[in-house]
Amino acid sequence: MAKELIEGNVAIAEAAIRAGLEAFYGYPITPQTEILEHLSWRMPQEGRVFLQAESEIASINMVYGAACAGVRVMTSSSSPGISLMQEGFSYIACSEVPAVVINVMRGGPGLGNVQPSQGDYFQAVKMAGHGDFHMIALAPASVQEAIDLVVLAFDLADRYRTIAMVVADGAIGQMMEPAELPPMRPVRRPEERPTWALTGAKGRKPNIITSLYLSAETLERVNLALQAKLRRIAAQETRWKEYRTEDAELLLVAFGTVGRICQTVVREARALGMRVGLLRPITLWPFPSTRLAALASRGRGILVVEMNAGQMVEDVRLAVEGCCPVQSYGRMGGVIPLPDEILPELKNM
Amino acid sequence: MEEMELVYKRPESLTPAHTHYCPGCTHGIIHRLIAEVLDELGVRERTIGIAPVGCSVLAYYYFNVDMAEAAHGRAPAMATGLKRVSPDKVVFTYQGDGDLAAIGTAEIIQAASRGELFTTIFVNNAVYGMTGGQMAPTTLPGQRTTSSPAGREVETAGWPIKVAELIAVLPGTAYVTRQAVLDIPTIRRAKKAIKLAFQTQLAGLGFSMVEIISTCPTNWHMDPKEALEWAKEHMLAYYPLGDTKVSDGVRALM
Ligand SMILES: Cc1ncc(C[n+]2csc(CCOP(=O)(O)OP(=O)(O)O)c2C)c(N)n1
Ligand code: SF4
Repeated sequence: MAKELIEGNVAIAEAAIRAGLEAFYGYPITPQTEILEHLSWRMPQEGRVFLQAESEIASINMVYGAACAGVRVMTSSSSPGISLMQEGFSYIACSEVPAVVINVMRGGPGLGNVQPSQGDYFQAVKMAGHGDFHMIALAPASVQEAIDLVVLAFDLADRYRTIAMVVADGAIGQMMEPAELPPMRPVRRPEERPTWALTGAKGRKPNIITSLYLSAETLERVNLALQAKLRRIAAQETRWKEYRTEDAELLLVAFGTVGRICQTVVREARALGMRVGLLRPITLWPFPSTRLAALASRGRGILVVEMNAGQMVEDVRLAVEGCCPVQSYGRMGGVIPLPDEILPELKNM
Repeated sequence: MEEMELVYKRPESLTPAHTHYCPGCTHGIIHRLIAEVLDELGVRERTIGIAPVGCSVLAYYYFNVDMAEAAHGRAPAMATGLKRVSPDKVVFTYQGDGDLAAIGTAEIIQAASRGELFTTIFVNNAVYGMTGGQMAPTTLPGQRTTSSPAGREVETAGWPIKVAELIAVLPGTAYVTRQAVLDIPTIRRAKKAIKLAFQTQLAGLGFSMVEIISTCPTNWHMDPKEALEWAKEHMLAYYPLGDTKVSDGVRALM
């Protein structure tokens, strides 16, 4: 398939259809509403389910219901709406059903604004809801990568029976870029639904999907199994990209749109004779800690650039365990940090 | 030996598990009525139930059908998501009054309004049973609970919600009724209503809901018989029994 000029949100929606999305439930919120609008006509066109829910609380619980039926299902929202979904994330994680969630982040806290932001890093990787669990969090830095990560999110969600969230900043959602969509995958046939799914207890014992375990010992066993699964995911699914790290003595760490900006910073710094490299995490959870620690051990310092007050920088510090200085540069409220302000920060290190 | 006829047995749609319900609690009767209806309609093997958060949170151990456990109040959203991708299945939610008429008000009204093709069994026992008898949206004026110790004051706590009447005004609903399980005649009528509600779903006519006036002897601090009498005298006075919505399509089924 050839490249076409496509907007990030539309690309995300269309990629989900190509990945075999069978049902979408969502609620409008800027800057991701184009996802819902695109699916509102494309899903019926493909004979699939689209429903505009009454709230994000309803959306995520509709997703939970459809996930229990064993189909590929997704919702999308932006920061305040994601906050409303957190109870649902926790139930889905504990019940171990697969679901895909898109968060096109906007400025916060509160109603904030509709400018691009990365303020939901903590929420995506550390506090997705109550109890001990993580979602897989995938952060694209281009429209093409958003497409690829949506497809990957469905595959990982199915493989590990977990939630996978694509965490895009508003810039990715609103940007037009040439990109290539994947080929169309058909939706699962009814007889292909997984054996654990709720399909009616015909000729078998009833299937039960719950997140309730009343005895402490049982719930601890459930948690231990969940933790073991998370460790498996961390071992097998950690993803990142590096740029000019071979000989770098200063390392930039940034994700999403900021990762892209920092690539320009690396080029500009190199032109000035500075040995600068970039590590861009693609999975925010699991975080590429091991690789970071290795790079840090032979460097002189790390600068973490984000569109927030400094959230991922905490994970970077944990990863490098003090073996080199780690500094943070963040812009908030929807302000996008530019190379001209990042470069002086680097020079000061 | 004389040949004997088996006249009463556990419906196939109930498991042999002993329930955790308090002695005299009417949740058990309602479970049995639903199970008998699923058996009679021959749909057990294609039925999916959604249990609530409340005393019936463990209903999935008692119904011999595929089941999921929802977050508090969200069963209608879950049922919506599930039924839309499984239109050939029979889907029901089983919900208490705190679950449906307080925290889950938005979900039930919107699902009913969309005319979702599932059936809701709504158990109105006028209190939050599971958390120890606090005031529910259905608690009667003056009724004492652990969070309205002087009796529900409508000036501050508002009036009890009449759910069957509220839901009935929504155009998406096909069959809405209020029934009770307080003696043999009301139990018989409740079963007929539950059956009609599932038939409404099977015929694809729209949303169907059966509100059932129930008792909570434990939190009402009464013995089971007293509780039944109290419900008849006080609850039925505020919550009249009968159908609040019967669409033309449903009437043709009657
Ligand atoms: C989000 C959330 N809030 C509160 C609770 C606590 N809670 C559990 S059951 C319940 C009330 C259930 O009452 P009702 O729906 O009337 O059912 P009953 O127990 O009377 O059958 C509450 C408030 C919860 N589990 N989740
Ligand atoms: S607390 Fe009330 S509603 Fe709950 S099982 Fe006991 S009697 Fe039934």
